[in-house]
Parts: sequence; structure tokens; C-alpha cells
Amino acid sequence: MAIAEAAGEQLARRRAPFPMRAFVRDPLAIIGSVIVLLLIVLAVLGPIIAPYPGARGTGQIDVPSAYLPPSLSHFFGTDELGRDVFSRVILGARPALVVSVLVVGFAMLIGVPLGAIAGYRRGRIDGLIMRTTDLFLAFPPLLLAMVIVAALGPGLEHAAIALIISWWPWYTRIARAVTVSLREQPFVDAARAIGVRDMTIIRRHIVPNSLSPLVVQATVDVGTVILAAGSLAFIGLGARPPQPDWGLMVADGRSVILDQWWVSTFPGLAIFVTVLAFNLVGDVLLRVLDPRHGR
Amino acid sequence: MTRFLAQRLGGSVIVLLGLSVITFLLARVVPSNAAAVFIGPRARPDDIARVTEQLGLNRPLPVQYVTYMSQMLTGDWGISIGTKRPVLGEILSRLPATLELIVAAMLIAIPLGLLLGIMSARRPGSISDVGVRVVTLIGVSLPAFFLGLILQLIFFRGLDLLPLAGRIDSDLRFTAPILPVTGFLTVDALLGLNAHGFLDVMWHLVLPALTLAAYPIGLIARMTRASMLETMSRDYVRTARAYGIGERRIHGRLALRNALLPVLTIIGLVLAYSLTGTFFVEVVFNWPGLGTLAVKSILNVDYPAIMGITLFGAAFYLLVNLVVDVLQAWLDPRIRLA
Repeated sequence: MAIAEAAGEQLARRRAPFPMRAFVRDPLAIIGSVIVLLLIVLAVLGPIIAPYPGARGTGQIDVPSAYLPPSLSHFFGTDELGRDVFSRVILGARPALVVSVLVVGFAMLIGVPLGAIAGYRRGRIDGLIMRTTDLFLAFPPLLLAMVIVAALGPGLEHAAIALIISWWPWYTRIARAVTVSLREQPFVDAARAIGVRDMTIIRRHIVPNSLSPLVVQATVDVGTVILAAGSLAFIGLGARPPQPDWGLMVADGRSVILDQWWVSTFPGLAIFVTVLAFNLVGDVLLRVLDPRHGR
Repeated sequence: MTRFLAQRLGGSVIVLLGLSVITFLLARVVPSNAAAVFIGPRARPDDIARVTEQLGLNRPLPVQYVTYMSQMLTGDWGISIGTKRPVLGEILSRLPATLELIVAAMLIAIPLGLLLGIMSARRPGSISDVGVRVVTLIGVSLPAFFLGLILQLIFFRGLDLLPLAGRIDSDLRFTAPILPVTGFLTVDALLGLNAHGFLDVMWHLVLPALTLAAYPIGLIARMTRASMLETMSRDYVRTARAYGIGERRIHGRLALRNALLPVLTIIGLVLAYSLTGTFFVEVVFNWPGLGTLAVKSILNVDYPAIMGITLFGAAFYLLVNLVVDVLQAWLDPRIRLA
């Protein structure tokens, strides 16, 4: 007993610090994590931090001061309605993060169990589930989402639904691949041998053990979904005015990009920095959790 | 190989049928009043009745689907609400502009992505590796629509070096007109021995192609790096080292060749991605291709056009994936025998 405990402790000590240390040592990981934390703070406290939040939290309208260039009172200038672009960029953090976390969450909620079942049961169910994912993944990226939004009508909620519908198959693919390899592990065999029911094995052993590749994918995807939602909003299929949506703000400033460059540039930079931050964190997580991606 | 080819081809046809069902359902079933949607915003009751009859919306769904598919197979893809012209003709007339842009972007992205990937795999952890890693992460994080605007701002407004948008200069129609032959303006200009026109077309291609290439460069470089490192850790590389074969030859002869197979998959993926990638690039640069048509149709709820473009895009995507699969199987016998 004592020996087993000591061995376990030693194992835990040997395992736990290593990835953490590798993560902390990587300056890119630090930069990424700091930006992600900052975004979360902005999403929570946005209306308090923003200097001109306006009554409905969409930016104070002040038509006479439209299209002011960046200055000390308006760091990022003002847009066509005189709204402070800096405030609107801050206010945009909340919808961007909420939507993309929801999309990734629901996509995982649908995709992971299906993938685990497919990989564990194999046979007919496997074939059925995987052929269905093939079908969804056969659409060029974003095209399915665009068509769904076209059918439902534009709007942030509809864009989110469309993104969930086109995103879940990726998680099914990953969950299945991991499950197939876990399935042959001794601890799963042991559980099966003592008569644990399939669904319990999937819930207790398969899903928890397949989390690390899923977490990497989810981290990167939070960024990718922000990019996708921004793209949809840019062509008029996402958030509607006056929502402080980054993609929409870039679209709004597009007609004046050559003269009032700040209207589009700053919200565009916000999308870029956010996506980059999630990519940095995901990239380092991948290297730390999966040694095959080397060093 | 023939059996493998037949299997993949059969699979693709089945997937294409499935896609057509999804597209059909999205266009005809999800909207509450499909007939009104098909006519457009100014639908009168008698128009709705006529279109309901015309589209057969009062008939059972399976019958509607079969009618729709048999029309598509005979080349009747419906009439666009926006332009009042046949959808298939509209798509084919805009296809060359989009393909020209995609090819130009690939000609930038593939060599550059491979080069960056090989460079960073040479000495992992070195400054050049970290540099490439940052550049590729930036490439995959930049929204195309934003990058396009920024490039316009720098190269048109700032440096006054490159044209703002479009495929050709509007004056070119009078000074050196390009006679349409293939629809690919670069090819047409060359066929007409029109040097002035050719340069103008190339000049207009630079910014949109660069914008479209940013993401593929990042993806190809990352995949090349990962694949090279994986190959370099193989036993035969160690053996080659033990025999005293130089690093340069190991990189060039052994590692690169074996590392290229997964890269081929990524190139296929990237090529397919570019189809929807162009949508946003085309909007920013007013490029008269499939993307601007798609976005305009979606915003105008022009269903015949939306369905046509979606199926066309999906078929293109499937075809690219099929070609990649076949190429891979041809290069690596293990795949086709599995």
C-alpha cells in the first residue's frame, strides 16, 4: 500500500511539473496567455472600462464628432456616428468571446459523444456516424454556414447556430480517432471484463482520457470561430447594427478605409490579435501535450 | 489502382448526392414560404401561386427533389432572381476570374510555404525556426478581409504603387483591349500578344493573390516543418547519418522526399479552402468572380443562385480531395492496398 502510494506520488511529481515548465518557458505562450486573460477581463468588465459605453452598451452616439482621427480623447478615433472606436472595440470582446465559446462548447457537446460511440462500438453505428460527418465536412469551409444563415436569415444567433452545425463533425473525427486507440488499452479491457456497461465505460474512461487533444483543438477553435463569425459579419451575415461586433465594424469602415482608416483598422486588429493569442496558446499546448510535434 | 479509383469515385458520387439533399432541404424546406423567397421581396399573391406551381412546391418532397435533380443533370440550374439569367451560365462566366485568383495565390503560397517549413525544420528551436513559427501563426490568424483592406491602405493609398481593386484598369478597354477567349485574362492577354494588357492584369492580381495566400503559406509551412521533423527522427535517417552521409544530402534526398506526402494532403486542403477564402478577398477587391456572386446572392436571398453555387462549390471541393487521394495512393502503395 505504502509502496504503491509512494510510487504514485513519484509518478505524479515526475509528470505534473514537466508540461507546466515547458509552457512557462515559452515566451510566445506567455504572450498568448496574457492576451487571452486580458480579453476575458475586457469581456467581463467591458462596459465599465470603456470610456464612452453609451446607454445600451453599444457606444455613445455623438453625430457632430463623426470621423475624428485618433487622439488622446479618442484613442482609436470615432466612426460615422461619432461613436468612440476604442470603446466599441472593448465592448466587442464580450459578444466575440461568448459566441465563440458557446459555438465550440455546443459543437463538442454534439461531436465528442458521437465520436466516442462511433469509435467504441465500431460496426454499423460507426459507419453511419462517420458517413454523416463526411457529408458535413464535404462542404467547403464556411459555405455550409453561409447557406444556413441564408436560410434562417442574418443575425448573430443564426450565425452561431450555423457555425455549430458546421463545426461538430471535426470533434467527432478527433474523438473517434482517440477512442479507437484507447479502446485496446488494458484498463478499458479490465472494465469490460468486470462487466461495466458500454455507456459507463465511454463516460468514465474514454471521454476523460481523450480530453488532451480535444482541449488543444478547442483552444485553437475559439480563435477560429471568432475569425469565422467575423467573416460572416463582414459580408452581412452575422451580427446586426448597432451591436459592437468586430467584423461588422470592419465592414462599416470599409467604404471610408482610404481616408478614415481607423474605423476598420482597429476592430480588424482586435480580431487578428485575439485569433493570434488563441493560436499561440493552442500551438504551445500542442507541443507540450503531444511530443510528436517535437520540441 | 483501378479498383481504388472506382471506389473513391463511387464514394464521391454518394457524398455529392447527400450534399444535394442537404442543400435542397435548406433552400426549399427551412424558409417558411419558399415560393415568396424565390420571387424576391416584391412578391404578389398571384406570383406566389404561379411559382408554387412552377417549382412544384405543392407536391411531395421526394418528388420535388427528383424533379430538381433531373433538371440540374440536364444543365437547367434555374434562373437567378437577381440577374434574371441562367444560374449555370452565370457561374461558368465568373469561374475563370476566381480560378485565376486561386492559381495566382497558390503559385505564391506553395513555394513560399515549403521554403519556410524546410527552413524552420533545419534547426528546430533556432532563431530562424522561432521566426518562421511567428510568421506562420500570423498568417493563419489574419482575417483575409482585414488583410486585404490593410494592403489596399498601404500599397494604394500610402505608396500609390498598386491598383485598388478590380481585374483590369477601366481605361484598358480603349488603350489595349483584351479579347475574351478563355476568360483567364492573363492567358487572353498573352494570346492577343497584348503586353500592356498582360502587365495591367498581373498588377491587379498582386494584392488579392497575396491576401488569399497568407493563410495557405502558414498552413503549408507548419505542415512541412512537422512532417520534416517526423521524418528526421526515423531510423533510416539515423542509419544514413551513421554512414557519414552529409546533413545536406539527408535533408534534400531522404527527408524532404518522404516528408512531402502529408504536405500534399495539406496542399489539397488549402486549395479547397481557397474557394471560400476567395469569397472574402473578392468582396474586398471587387473581383468579378464566384465569391462576389455568392455573397450577393446570399444577401439578396437569391435561392436558385445560392443552390447552384453551393453545389458547384461542393463538387469542386470533392474533386480536389479526390485528386489528392488518388495522387497519394499513386505515390504511396500502402494507401491503396489498405
